[in-house]
Amino acid sequence: MDLSTTYLGMKLKSPLVPSASPLSEDIDNIKRMEDAGAAAVVLYSLFEEQLTREQLELHYHTTHGTESFAEALSYFPEPDQYHVGPDGYLEHIRKAKAAVNIPVIASLNGASIGGWTDFAKKMQEAGADALELNIYYIPTDLDLVGAAVEQTYIDILKAVKSAVTIPVAVKLSPYFSNMANMAKQLSDAGADGLVLFNRFYQPDIDLEALEIRPNVLLSTPQAMRLPLTWVGILYGRIAADMAATSGIHTAYDAIKMLMVGANVTMMAAALLRNGINHLRQVEADLTQWLEENEYESVQQLRGSLSQINSADASAFERAQYMKSVTTVPASYFRNR
Amino acid sequence: MPERVIKTIEGNEAVAYIAFRLSEVIAIYPITPSSPMGEYADAWAATGSPNIWGTIPSVIEMQSEAGAAGAVHGALQGGSLTTTFTASQGLLLMIPNMYKIAGELTSAVFHVAARSLAAQALSIFGDHSDVMATRTTGFALLGSASVQEAHDLALIAHAATLKARVPFIHFFDGFRTSHEIAKIEMLDDDVIRAMIDNELVFAHRARGLTPDRPVLRGTAQNPDVFFQARETVNPFYDACPDIVQDAMDRFAQITGRQYQVFEYFGAPDAERVIVLMGSGAEPAHETVEYLNRQGEKVGVVKVRLYRPFDMKRFVEALPATTRAIGVLDRTKEPGSGGEPLYLDVVTALHEGMTNEWGQLQDLPKVVGGRYGLSSKEFNPAMIKGVFDNLSEARPKNHFTIGINDDVTHTSLAYDEDFAIESEKVVNALFYGLGSDGTVGANKNSIKIIGENTDNYAQGYFVYDSKKSGAITISHLRFGSEQIRSTYLVNKANFIACHQPIFLERYDMLKDAVPGGVFLLNTSSTADEVWDTLPRLMHEQIINKKLRFYVIDAYKVAQDSGMRNQINTVMQTCFFAISGVLPRDEAIEAIKEAIVKTYGKKGDKIVEMNIEAVDSTLANLYEVAVPTKITSTTRIPDPVPAEAPDFVRNVLGRIIAQDGNALPVSALPIDGTYPTGTTKWEKRNLALEIPVWDPDVCIQCGKCAMVCPHAVIRIKAYEPTVLESAPETFKAVDVRDREWQGLKYTIQVAPEDCTGCALCVDVCPAKNKAALGLKAINMEPQPPLREQERENWDFFLNIPEMDRRSIKVNSIRQQQIQEPLFEFSGACAGCGETPYIKLVTQLFGDRTVVANATGCSSIYGGNLPTTPWAANKDGRGPAWSNSLFEDNAEFGLGIRASLNKQQQFARELLAKVASAVGDDLAAAILEAPQHDDSDIHEQRQRVVVLKERLAGLDSPDAGQLLTLADMLVKKDVWIIGGDGWAYDIGFGGLDHVFASGMDVNILVLDTEVYSNTGGQMSKATPRAAVAKFAAGGKPTAKKDLGLIAMTYNNVYVARVAMGARDEQTLRAFLEAEAHPGPSLIIAYSHCIAHGINMTTAMQNQKMAVETGQWPLYRYNPARALQGDNPFVLDSRAPKQPVEKYLNMENRFKMLTMSKPEVAKELFKLAQEDVDARWSMYEYLASRSYTNGSPNGDE
Repeated sequence: MDLSTTYLGMKLKSPLVPSASPLSEDIDNIKRMEDAGAAAVVLYSLFEEQLTREQLELHYHTTHGTESFAEALSYFPEPDQYHVGPDGYLEHIRKAKAAVNIPVIASLNGASIGGWTDFAKKMQEAGADALELNIYYIPTDLDLVGAAVEQTYIDILKAVKSAVTIPVAVKLSPYFSNMANMAKQLSDAGADGLVLFNRFYQPDIDLEALEIRPNVLLSTPQAMRLPLTWVGILYGRIAADMAATSGIHTAYDAIKMLMVGANVTMMAAALLRNGINHLRQVEADLTQWLEENEYESVQQLRGSLSQINSADASAFERAQYMKSVTTVPASYFRNR
Repeated sequence: MPERVIKTIEGNEAVAYIAFRLSEVIAIYPITPSSPMGEYADAWAATGSPNIWGTIPSVIEMQSEAGAAGAVHGALQGGSLTTTFTASQGLLLMIPNMYKIAGELTSAVFHVAARSLAAQALSIFGDHSDVMATRTTGFALLGSASVQEAHDLALIAHAATLKARVPFIHFFDGFRTSHEIAKIEMLDDDVIRAMIDNELVFAHRARGLTPDRPVLRGTAQNPDVFFQARETVNPFYDACPDIVQDAMDRFAQITGRQYQVFEYFGAPDAERVIVLMGSGAEPAHETVEYLNRQGEKVGVVKVRLYRPFDMKRFVEALPATTRAIGVLDRTKEPGSGGEPLYLDVVTALHEGMTNEWGQLQDLPKVVGGRYGLSSKEFNPAMIKGVFDNLSEARPKNHFTIGINDDVTHTSLAYDEDFAIESEKVVNALFYGLGSDGTVGANKNSIKIIGENTDNYAQGYFVYDSKKSGAITISHLRFGSEQIRSTYLVNKANFIACHQPIFLERYDMLKDAVPGGVFLLNTSSTADEVWDTLPRLMHEQIINKKLRFYVIDAYKVAQDSGMRNQINTVMQTCFFAISGVLPRDEAIEAIKEAIVKTYGKKGDKIVEMNIEAVDSTLANLYEVAVPTKITSTTRIPDPVPAEAPDFVRNVLGRIIAQDGNALPVSALPIDGTYPTGTTKWEKRNLALEIPVWDPDVCIQCGKCAMVCPHAVIRIKAYEPTVLESAPETFKAVDVRDREWQGLKYTIQVAPEDCTGCALCVDVCPAKNKAALGLKAINMEPQPPLREQERENWDFFLNIPEMDRRSIKVNSIRQQQIQEPLFEFSGACAGCGETPYIKLVTQLFGDRTVVANATGCSSIYGGNLPTTPWAANKDGRGPAWSNSLFEDNAEFGLGIRASLNKQQQFARELLAKVASAVGDDLAAAILEAPQHDDSDIHEQRQRVVVLKERLAGLDSPDAGQLLTLADMLVKKDVWIIGGDGWAYDIGFGGLDHVFASGMDVNILVLDTEVYSNTGGQMSKATPRAAVAKFAAGGKPTAKKDLGLIAMTYNNVYVARVAMGARDEQTLRAFLEAEAHPGPSLIIAYSHCIAHGINMTTAMQNQKMAVETGQWPLYRYNPARALQGDNPFVLDSRAPKQPVEKYLNMENRFKMLTMSKPEVAKELFKLAQEDVDARWSMYEYLASRSYTNGSPNGDE
């Protein structure tokens, strides 16, 4: 079975790509991903704020209390150098590249213009085959208008594109007034791919401690409905490739994503839950389903149920939503 | 002549540079002000710098200076070129070995940053009393007067000792030279090599001990030969001065800088000559130059080689015209016929006249005097005073200069306004806070000036005696003339005030010269600022025609992301106004310095600083100075009028930076000071203070317990008290059932709080309507100051609860006890002081404290004011500090003394029993004294006893009257840090464990030498970065508690208040109750850990939860009852230790400086945790019968 696909101008042996997660912090895991059939790997994210915070903390703690008291003008020895900045991450890219043959996609997570272009350039130099920009921005300023938020995304993308020659994908959230327009803007601004969607930090409350608790939830299979919708709507209407991510746990989830038009399907939660070898099962199930349903290739399947190819274009729209709500029995809601 | 390499560096670095390049082994122990020399050496070794022969010297940190001296002696006997760095008490500890090293004619150099010896008080500052104490050891003593000299003479010392075989102390003045930053010409390796004869190095090596050429050195000798053998060394001492002069001459040929063993400077026909050594020689030089220009005939002999004292050379150095000589000693020898240099000069003159050395025709008059003890100022005005004395027909002898001795009238009068400042030198003063980066910026500035201009440059920095809210004053000089002014700036062309709060505290413009510049950091605009100044400042600005500039540096800094770091902003202002460099060049140089200083910490820091530079100039304004003095505000008195006389008249003047003017008569004769004086020094440091919310409060007492400065107090009292309460005074009903009917208040001392906010972090009660708020919350201080000051005063007058009504084993009740340790100078958020405070609450009214030198002796005993306090009955801890190394023994001595007196009192009481009443005597002799009730009753009995004794007329009754108070229980608490307990004082501590004596030992374990700036101790945990462990400490922390447990009769507890406060409280109660030695090892978070001090109690918690700091109590009393004495009080580690390590910069920075090493050491740290835990678990699981563990289960 021909499982091959293309993504960001790269020919991949299958659409199965582990997305950014702590799993890729370990080079051995990346090797195991390749062995289990991963077609490419997105490395864990380099967090812009984390780098900045580390620098500020180091500076604070190495200067706090110094030059105040005659007997203790400092409290720490001064090392030759600090490995601050992206050095560790860049080294990781180099090691990953040396360890595997599949494409390595570096991931950069941030919310401001600062630092991006410099980091991106260094990632390219370190050997990354492509970049994924995870623009992780939660606007809390009540006076900030949506257009300005959108412009920030475009500015970051353009800045990075001008700095590197490798392909650049943008991972973003669905929370725009017009998601389709945002996708188009990014595509027009030069995004080689869109990764739909990133998982936002959504705080929880610890009822015992009466505190807000930051905890990142792994995605559930239900989460795939959102990317499924938007990949389906956007397929064939923007130039950028699309990676579907969020909630993909099984081959059947992947198949659905491919049917609505995804170039690749990305997984993290499923691998964290079931182990990296889960990829083998997904690939086997994918092959089996394609064979059983007499498909020749993934290419043939891709986009076959997107909005433009679907018999009922309204299936992706509001009319369909009304239908689904009205057909659900009232008891369903009562029991929830 | 080699190419000149110019650097602007501090004295310690200039000396260490040479010592490092010429040594193979360096053994040290940190002591102020010499510590940086060892730290430089360690840093260079850590980064792989070699000596001139291409090998990296071994740098070893020892457990004490005695240990360092032993290691030095051993390394020398091993044939290695060896050096050490020390000062003061450290040098004293080396003396025994110094006799040996000299007696064995061993080439060595000890570099000493000369410092006062502790007498009536400790002082970290500079004088020659330490060096003078070694003059009988046989070491040569070579003194330097400036940073350049210290650099040069360090080399001359190393060169000379190899040839002379006499070991050398090379000394220079502590702080004045060791910490002065000056522009010097560096000696490069070619110069160093040219000065060192390798054949002599080989000869030194060949004298080393080796089984290949076995010898025996260090015999015991007897009356028949010891004397003669002692005289064998004479030729070496005779030759030594010539060898030193030869080295100086050779040095001059290479570098052009000529030194003399005794260097005369002045008029060839001088009639009056002063003689001195050390940094005072520099202003003497410039004063002589000035006076001779005015037509006087004066001179100075700078003594460089003080031992061996070459009398002939000295006499030959004097001009034939000399009629009067003033010898200045920077030391004091009470009871002597004169200080040492004076005596040597007198002897030399006598011998010189007898032997007809030199050119003198008649014996000049000679007088001697003392100056400059403990870095006391020594300036041209004083030197002129000394010369004026020499003009008298009968000059005063045995004088002092620079103080007002109104008791024995030794002091010389002098004209304080006499000044010789050159117009070619610019003088600048900067007033800042330690926390605002002022000193760092000025160090940077002086380097920029030194290295980017042809100017000479000098920086000297004066620090506070407090560790929190510390004021710093930077003294900078630069100009085209060589700077020999080794004294503080008192004629300033530029004065900057970096903190507006200083306007209401200090008279900063008194030192401004007419036409000078005043730069003020203020949030007021150029238009508004005039009205914010005190009247005195109006007068000074107008009368002296000062140019006045303002900047809102905090705003510029904050806008650039630099929070409260205003250093770069103020530095930029200084360059912009002073014009020392063209503005663009200056800006460029500042930016270069920023990249150099911060570059390795990442782009972000550099970017922020550069942004701050760029936005500074646009925010710097010159103020159009009005012509009229309009202000009516005055600088308030430093202490309130109701303070006791001594506080007002003595301590108050020290607080106001006016201590130099205090006469001898003002000061206690024997170093005894009243306690409880911090309460008069209202420092108003906190921008925000805690505010109590009684509606949310659950009255648990935790906030008061953790408060490091005892500013959170609790009282429970009768409701009637509230009748006269101020309007805003808060009170609620007591929740504790046992105190039903009483009212309850938590009150904050608004002007004493440092704003650390530890209280808020530990408060467990949350405001149900706004969960971000607790029962205690931080709010801005200024609007609350007046109101809370009134409330605080009212609160203090509420009667303390009767101690007998307080259950001490429950924190909520116990915290009502009055702390007798308050408002110390410790860092904001200090982790040590809550434990000390707890001791004083529980036992303070019956405690004597022996305090090891270290942080706790500094915040506990540094003038002006002391935090140890007394209760309303006048009882409270009596406190003393002996030394660093002997604190356990000191405390044991106190215990022995108290025991003896108590025993004698009991004996006397038995004798006079019938006279005072047998019942009373029996009651006193048999009284249990376990708790506050027992002690209260015993005190009542003793009152009656004393009344009855007063009416008796027998010698025994008279004796007993003076000892009767000893019949009431007294506690001894021996308190110190880990440097004392684990390292320098361990031998004594171990002996105290073994003594069985009833003392309580509190080890405030910060796991590093905190007071001297973060050097590794044996308490430092594995993987922690510290000085002398730059690559992370490779070995595990010593288990002091386990060692103590091996004695079986020692009570041992390991506590961490932030993890389990009730366990801490229990341990303190048990320790005090234990009739033998007790040891409490208390986890003390510290600024030296690189942590968020506001949430530091969470670090304590995590240390316990990860097993890094298991809690336990080992109580011998339990074993006697058949129980296992060892109780493990914390649960098995449930989180990896890495989680804790990553909370603290001391560990985390290793992941950034040496990631691979960090990985390995973190792994080993986890193994330490696991191994320790399994051992403790085993200890806790053993079953006991008859006081001993049963066999292996």
